[in-house]
Amino acid sequence: MEVPILKQGEFLIATIQAALSDADLEHLRMALIQRVVRFRSRAVIVDVTAMDVMDSFASRTLKEIAQMIRLRGAETVIVGIQPEVAFAMVQLGITLESVATALDLEEGLAYLGQRFRNFN
Amino acid sequence: MPATESRVSIKSDQDIVLARQQGRTMAADAGFSAVDSTLIATAISELARNIVTYAKTGEISVNAVAQNGRRGIMIVASDDGPGIADARQALRDGFSTSGSFGLGLPGVRRLMDEFVIVTGPGQGTTVTVTKWRQVRREK
Repeated sequence: MEVPILKQGEFLIATIQAALSDADLEHLRMALIQRVVRFRSRAVIVDVTAMDVMDSFASRTLKEIAQMIRLRGAETVIVGIQPEVAFAMVQLGITLESVATALDLEEGLAYLGQRFRNFN
Repeated sequence: MPATESRVSIKSDQDIVLARQQGRTMAADAGFSAVDSTLIATAISELARNIVTYAKTGEISVNAVAQNGRRGIMIVASDDGPGIADARQALRDGFSTSGSFGLGLPGVRRLMDEFVIVTGPGQGTTVTVTKWRQVRREK
């Protein structure tokens, strides 16, 4: 299950469309890093609305994606974590403290728009 | 009548997704809320990943159970892998022998209502967890 990555100006938007296997998540990590480098992107939005479960592996992979992208001087925003998925993550003991999150794609874009305007 | 037992043989990371989706369907059939169904699916995901990581192969069985008029979902994750020498230590947050996250078992215990682990060096590992449906109190 390949995750489509859309280029929108200086941002990249990856929209997860179904439950992902570990291999799919690792593939997404590689694909995002390559595109951030190729397009000199300033930020990446990962839309996880369609993810059924955010277990320890998925959370760790998303954290790693955000850390790698930060090392490139860009930012990552995770959007669309469903309420029941958020509840399960907290019970499981998972935190995404180091990664920016937003309610949905629209809010994620608004957050980045504001952030980059302030920095200009 | 929905199925009362479903077994998924765990051999690869693809099977992790399959097992948790079956578990979610059974939980929903048993009347669990969306939140509880997600907790159950997350627990299955963690248990199935432990099998793939530590034992390579094993099985997840999801069972619809009833006790004292309550309905529940019982998950049995079993493998013939190397087993865990110190199960008590493995249940502490932050403990891991694979260099991975180390949240697996304590997290699963928090997600579910009952947790039993049978393991030992060379004996494989069987983890049995159960979640009971919340009963609405009537006043």
